[in-house]
Amino acid sequence: MTTAAAAYPTRWRAPSIFGSPGRRLAFWALVAAYLVWSLSTLNVDTARILAGLPRAWTILARMVPPDFGRWELLLTGMVESVQIAIAATIIGAVLSIPIGIAASANLSPRPLYLLARGFIVTGRTFHEVIIAIFFVKLFGFGPVAGLLTLAFSSAIFLGKMLAEDIENMKPGPVEAIRATGASFGQTFFYAVVPQVLVKTLGVLIYRLDSNLRHSTVIGIVGAGGIGQTLSASFSRYDFDFASAILLTIAVMVAFGEWFSDWARRRLR
Amino acid sequence: MTAHPLPQDRAPMRRYPDQWERYSLRERIVQWIWLGGIAIAAAWSVSALDIEWAFFADAHEQAADLISRMWPPRWSYLPRIVQPLIETLHIATLGTMIAIVFALPVAFLAARNTTYNQATWLIGRAMLVLSRSINTVIWGLLFVAIFGPGPVAGICAVAARSIGFIAKLVAEAIEEVDAGQIEAVESTGASTLQVYGVAILPQILPVLIGTSIYRWDINVRESSVLGFVGAGGIGLLLYASINQFAWSQAIVILIAILGIVIISEALSAYVRSRIV
Repeated sequence: MTTAAAAYPTRWRAPSIFGSPGRRLAFWALVAAYLVWSLSTLNVDTARILAGLPRAWTILARMVPPDFGRWELLLTGMVESVQIAIAATIIGAVLSIPIGIAASANLSPRPLYLLARGFIVTGRTFHEVIIAIFFVKLFGFGPVAGLLTLAFSSAIFLGKMLAEDIENMKPGPVEAIRATGASFGQTFFYAVVPQVLVKTLGVLIYRLDSNLRHSTVIGIVGAGGIGQTLSASFSRYDFDFASAILLTIAVMVAFGEWFSDWARRRLR
Repeated sequence: MTAHPLPQDRAPMRRYPDQWERYSLRERIVQWIWLGGIAIAAAWSVSALDIEWAFFADAHEQAADLISRMWPPRWSYLPRIVQPLIETLHIATLGTMIAIVFALPVAFLAARNTTYNQATWLIGRAMLVLSRSINTVIWGLLFVAIFGPGPVAGICAVAARSIGFIAKLVAEAIEEVDAGQIEAVESTGASTLQVYGVAILPQILPVLIGTSIYRWDINVRESSVLGFVGAGGIGLLLYASINQFAWSQAIVILIAILGIVIISEALSAYVRSRIV
């Protein structure tokens, strides 16, 4: 009787993802050890954080109400950001087609495939802001550098997604078209494009949305757009104007996201 | 019985044309309208950007100049950047950890089936939008203004941006949770908190962990530039090197960033493949 009661516990416990209590303990010990190590190396100055809290309040107080008085400056920067995003997406889309074809294992020869994959890995590693620095150096301050930065990173992102779609497509249609004696171009347009088009358009719209987000920061290193205005207003302690810019960016990005969701739903 | 030549007899012939056409006329018109729209958008964007074409003329010379200054990399600089690289990883990891803690309640607030009413749902959604629409670097600007330059501002910036990202994906997972399990637990007389913990949390846990690791991988990349606005990490040294035109130093930093980002990406991909 007593053994049966012990076999069926009266209190149920949810099964743990760690498997055994020992592993759970080890996991949390690791987390605690990491926290101690990282916080000790970071030199977190608690006094300065405490001093920062009232300052945070002052800054927040100065951010409200947002100052839309210089709306012309705001509008110019915003329009520039949107233009950079649109133009970069289109240029990036065009450039991504050769990259995507070169980076798909089933269409391109091995050396070209490896070269393209290496290019994609290297390009994806660096944050847009780092790439922007180089384009600012090459093409001077202004929206051109921003446009080229986002076109470059879009081409790599879209190329990678396109390559994955091409690799995942059904081989049947390609073989069927090849069997008719079609050239590479004909095979591509009649067998590959119909299979990947809808998905690629979806990714393209998504990229337009993320380019809109990125175009708001590349201005920090001088590559045009609203980021330049925002960074300037922060360095001049112009917090009420900065909050107006932040709100506009939030609205713009939210709208971009809504549009992207809507357009991708329509595609399906 | 005489076979009357019916007018419909000819109709099937017309339905199958001799020549195969890929698109109907209507489809082609729609395609041209789309292409025209895209062309107009491109023309408007590029023309209004006020491009200084003269800059393109000497860009290749500038690029060659840059590469000649970068090569050979100054490897003796490597020991100096180890500590900032570790700091960059700390900013990404601590920021993600803080974000997970805050993202969970926000996700429950922003999911239609666990939020209390329309108002709390709207609050949850507003938090998602605000957190996600402001880039990590811009959050960095804001927190540097508050806490002063340093890694604390970076950690806060990473956390502020990641909360919305993680919470959005988790909220979507909560909305797709199996309702049967919730009902089963509710029928035992469990409190709301118990329902969340026992019926919902185990179902969304893979999504929460997978998303957090994915976001950590992104955050390693993001924290490499937070130093540009003074929020700690390796970006501080990169920005300083570039401003001093110490390009042979900058290339060492870039190679180091390449290394840690690739490692973090591989690690993230490995862990996610084990979980999901």
